Amino acid sequence: MTLAQYWHCFVGIQVREWLRFWQQRTRFFSALVRPLLWLVVFAAGFRAVLGVSIIPPYDTYITYETYIAPGLCGMIILFNSMQGALSMVYDRELGSMRVLLMSPLPRPFLLVTKLLAMGMVSMAQVYLFLLIARLLDVEPPDWGYLAVLPALLLTSLMLGALGLLIATWIKQLENFAGVMNFVIFPMFFLSSALYPLWRMKEASPWLYWICQFNPFTHAVEAIRFALYLQWNPQAFGITVLVAVVLAVLATAGFRPQRTRILSSGGKAG
Amino acid sequence: MKSLLKQISLAAMVGLSTPALASLAYVSNEKDDTLSVIDMETLEVVETIDVGQRPRGILLSKDYTRLYICASDDDTVQVLDLATRKIVDTLPSGEDPEQFALHPNNRHLYIANEDDAIVTVVDVNTKDVLAQIDVGIEPEGMAVSPDGKWAVNTSETTSMLHWINTETFEIEKNIVVGQRPRHVEFSRDSKIAWASAEIGGTVHVIDVDSLEEIRKLEFRVKGVNQDRVQPVGIELTSDGRYAFVALGPSNHVAVVDAKTYEVLDYLLVGSRVWQLDLSQDESLLLTTNGVSGDVSVIDVADLKVTKSIKVGRYPWGVVIAP
Repeated sequence: MTLAQYWHCFVGIQVREWLRFWQQRTRFFSALVRPLLWLVVFAAGFRAVLGVSIIPPYDTYITYETYIAPGLCGMIILFNSMQGALSMVYDRELGSMRVLLMSPLPRPFLLVTKLLAMGMVSMAQVYLFLLIARLLDVEPPDWGYLAVLPALLLTSLMLGALGLLIATWIKQLENFAGVMNFVIFPMFFLSSALYPLWRMKEASPWLYWICQFNPFTHAVEAIRFALYLQWNPQAFGITVLVAVVLAVLATAGFRPQRTRILSSGGKAG
Repeated sequence: MKSLLKQISLAAMVGLSTPALASLAYVSNEKDDTLSVIDMETLEVVETIDVGQRPRGILLSKDYTRLYICASDDDTVQVLDLATRKIVDTLPSGEDPEQFALHPNNRHLYIANEDDAIVTVVDVNTKDVLAQIDVGIEPEGMAVSPDGKWAVNTSETTSMLHWINTETFEIEKNIVVGQRPRHVEFSRDSKIAWASAEIGGTVHVIDVDSLEEIRKLEFRVKGVNQDRVQPVGIELTSDGRYAFVALGPSNHVAVVDAKTYEVLDYLLVGSRVWQLDLSQDESLLLTTNGVSGDVSVIDVADLKVTKSIKVGRYPWGVVIAP
């Protein structure tokens, strides 16, 4: 396999993902409604709650809107990754997925490229969200928008791999509502997305420890620090590590033939 | 080429001969009996100086060589030499001095004595008490107009501004304002005076020629209960563009258009924001946040809070020396 072939495949998968995005424009925008509602309605009610402590990466007191914006970026990626990864295995996409996996390129490369492509679309949503948030006085430094890019990509890889793993191994979670209840909501609420960890610690040490072991917490912190031009090696390192471990597990365990449609269609890829 | 080298070496020499003396900010920490010194370049505390008990109001001499400190519980005004940063002298002040103001002649210091309902005027050179003027109950805020004609004292319980003629040391007029007036600030041309009323939640704009109130400002901070909006410190830019008003336990500083008297924005700072001071070039505004024990830095061009710096307990006053 030459590098050119890898590149050709990589571009092909990216283009296909953007085409799909273009066909599902309404889904793209409706997915933005959720984080914006959180920002405008939920955060407004808690506006004065947080102005009691300065926590890194912030240099001064911040409004609650400013605090939860990075968590809401994580939320966009979380929903998209889960939805996308599940659809990779179970959806009507299966036809095209089978075609994709017939490529002679190694399967991990194909899957990771696919996850990256989904991540790109998530990122477009995140940037649009950050743009709207800027109009609502959430104003990170200008270079932060660039610095946050690797953190966003990493987060979508990690969560995409997690989605893939869940979809592959736990057949009972076929419907999205189940994933919402047992994966997305706990991951989102038991993290630093909505409250800083010191607040959690005050409320309950148990909650604090659960949040600490939640990889989503570290992904959100990596996004938060990068957005404010600060380097958080711990959050970044943990996110990388978890992303790699999940990607290895997910690609190794990816068995499309286990799913219903393919069970009669023979081995793919 | 030669001339270029010459220029570079000249520039280097100039650079060496005048080391960049960073401007310093001084913050009085009411509960720690100290001053925190902040480097205005790095925005970090570089020194903490022990001073008298309960330091509150602080101000600079007009030549920027001395810093006067109201050591309220020591019933004295201390003098800090800015070159050595040591206390070099004390001045008689009357009991419990809290705020004071220096006349442009750099000699007459007007001190509000909260417990005695008087204003004491001290000559800082001879240390003579020139006058003690009876004012309303609980005198607090003190200001002298830049042209030197007026000294204004606010009395908290009487809710009045007392206009003292600086030549006769007599009160010429009393103006009733909102409840618990705390602070007065004059425009650079001495034509307008701004007075904050803490409990009233208002700022009163006074025309100095007619000694009449021309405007009353009110503040509404989103998400903050109205009784927590308590205006205290006021700072005006010299170009007459902005007035900044510290809104106490609402934890916000109001930005007011000093021409139209419209409130432009509210900036989130630390808890119980008290007093304010502008840097010499007026690019930065510092606020003392009493309860959270820090100083917030506001970028005046952007009207954004960029940083909060931890200082001692209950920072009260702040001045920035060039």
